[in-house]
Amino acid sequence: MSFNLALVPRREISLFRQVLTPVIALVVALLIGGLIVWLMGRSPAKAFDVFLREPLTDPWALQEVLLKSTPLMLISIGLIFCFRANRWNIGAEGQFLLGGIFGGGVAIATHGLSGPWILPLMMLAGVAGGMLYAAIPAALRNRFGISEILTSLMLVYVAELLLDYLVRGPWRDPKGFNFPQSVPFTDAAQLQPLFEGGRLHSGFVLALLAVIVAILVFKRSLFGFAVKASGEAPRAANFAGFNEKRITLVVFLISGGLAGLAGIIEVSGQVGQLRPGFGQGLGFTAIIVAFLGRLSPFGAMLSSLVIAVLLIGAESAQVSLKLPFDLTRFFMGLLLIAVLAGESLNRYRLEFRKEPA
Amino acid sequence: MSRTGILAAFALSLGVAAPAIAQEKLKVGFIYVGPVGDFGWSYQHDEGRKAIEKAFPGRVETTFIENVPEADSERSIEQLARTGHKLIFTTSFGYMEPTLKVAKKYPNVMFEHATGFKRDKNVATYSAKFHEGRFIIGKIAGKMTKTNTLGYVGAMPIPEVIAGINAFYLGAKSVNPNVKIKIAWANAWFDPGKEGDAAKALLDQGADIITQHTDSPAPLQQASARGKLAFGQASDMTRFAPNHIMTSIIDDWAPYYVERTRAVLEGKWQSQDVFDGLAKGKVKMGPYVNMPEDVKTLAEETEAGLKSGKIDAFMCPVVTQDGKTVECKGGDRLTDEQVVSMNFYVQGVEGTIPK
Repeated sequence: MSFNLALVPRREISLFRQVLTPVIALVVALLIGGLIVWLMGRSPAKAFDVFLREPLTDPWALQEVLLKSTPLMLISIGLIFCFRANRWNIGAEGQFLLGGIFGGGVAIATHGLSGPWILPLMMLAGVAGGMLYAAIPAALRNRFGISEILTSLMLVYVAELLLDYLVRGPWRDPKGFNFPQSVPFTDAAQLQPLFEGGRLHSGFVLALLAVIVAILVFKRSLFGFAVKASGEAPRAANFAGFNEKRITLVVFLISGGLAGLAGIIEVSGQVGQLRPGFGQGLGFTAIIVAFLGRLSPFGAMLSSLVIAVLLIGAESAQVSLKLPFDLTRFFMGLLLIAVLAGESLNRYRLEFRKEPA
Repeated sequence: MSRTGILAAFALSLGVAAPAIAQEKLKVGFIYVGPVGDFGWSYQHDEGRKAIEKAFPGRVETTFIENVPEADSERSIEQLARTGHKLIFTTSFGYMEPTLKVAKKYPNVMFEHATGFKRDKNVATYSAKFHEGRFIIGKIAGKMTKTNTLGYVGAMPIPEVIAGINAFYLGAKSVNPNVKIKIAWANAWFDPGKEGDAAKALLDQGADIITQHTDSPAPLQQASARGKLAFGQASDMTRFAPNHIMTSIIDDWAPYYVERTRAVLEGKWQSQDVFDGLAKGKVKMGPYVNMPEDVKTLAEETEAGLKSGKIDAFMCPVVTQDGKTVECKGGDRLTDEQVVSMNFYVQGVEGTIPK
């Protein structure tokens, strides 16, 4: 006799269950994570304190959390448009880099000048850079039917090499001892801290704005409906007169534009110059963020905060508990699995069936 | 332990937080660019950290943050500064600007930045003459190559790496005038995949000896896999290719780290710039193996000469790739200053520095 495990779709999913699932997922992940910490010979209570409480209560750490969440929020909001429409933009990392390159290019071109127009111009250039770069996979899909998954991903590497070329070549700091980096930006080209002693800048406000706008678009606008329809029932969307190709292009432009904005915000607010590696894989992490947030803008906002808390907490944990960084990566994976499993169990119920061998 | 036992103990330990650590200890922090387990650069710095703990038992507490991206390091450095660390070592070139920024905010914290060139009242810099080791392995490579083609995996075209390439080539050419050098850039300090690919590309181009200025054992392992000879970098990498490694250039930061920690403990710390090598033991050579006796003797003699200061990797005249003779500012050799800011290839090195 053997057992057979089957997933049976649930007829309806109560709101209560929908709200509760991510909470349970978080708790499960915390328990397993705590067990691992304990097996490593550290106190789980101390670990939770450092990982979760400290980043949210200490003013310095809280600013760092919001700062870290800013690019994740912007990129994941954009990705939600693509993913809801069933378009797979895996290349946000590249669009992020192009945003940094375009905006950073403005900073380098205006180096030595000052004026309140420089920063807005950099931001616009960043958006434009991300949009243009995202338009490539969209156009290839629309024109030739090429999978946007492959093209958008591969363009990430092209973007990395372009950045590499620029900071080693035409944009290299002449006083930088040959190190691959551009001139350090002047104050006029850097987002300034909002509060004394911290590093949080107005980029975070832009990220919150993006969240609000995205919520409104999905709740209220015809376009938001078209995106969802095109993702969930493409044929029906076609019959309803929504142009499939136009939707592909527009969701990619939105996604690329927001990733580009995140890129220039990161360069201008954090790094202060162009240099290889400023992407830090944020564009890929944002994919996880979008899914953790179950492809809703509000959820993405929450999950970017959760991931940021974990990243900042991980650093404190290395310092005060001497826990390895790998534990954080492990924990993020754990969290994603817990949320996805929770989501599946939400939609389906497990059924054990006895079958004769 | 039964399952319920584990759970019970787990629940118990939830309530017990570790007691606060005694206050008087000097806290020393480290920022690493790679994982401690890279068995190269960061690994050696971590050995230095452990040496501090050993040297001052009960008087110091050390902390490290590993895998810190250079572009996002300011927060990590500040994290150490604001948690009571009074001496902080930032161990990669790219931490230079963030270190200076944080140092301004924390004037009572002492910072030590490896391989940088900008200092402040509370920021010292230190580096090692790795190029001395490269001069020695250049001589070995020049003797041992059969194809007269040497492969060099570089991390990034910064002066430290350029000077290493030049020293290596000058060493090789001094014993083998026909020798050629091929360079491949990994564009990363620690990326075993890219480092290994770079080594493969060099082997495909006919190089029969691989040397590397990146942090993982991958290039060495690639050479070994094809039965070719190579060198270890930063730490003694013998165990990764015992039959194909000829020696390693070993960075030994421990004495320096202990000395600087003592200076803080005794209140004598001052900002400075230190650049020394074989003579002070900051650079060491691994055992000379997998080579005939005469090559080994040559290597040992070169090492002794560099140690005593009788010879130097950059004895004048040094001629650049395009035929210009470099001004000889150090009497019979180039000055340290000229070496740390080197941005030209010497005559005979092919290709151009990536621009």
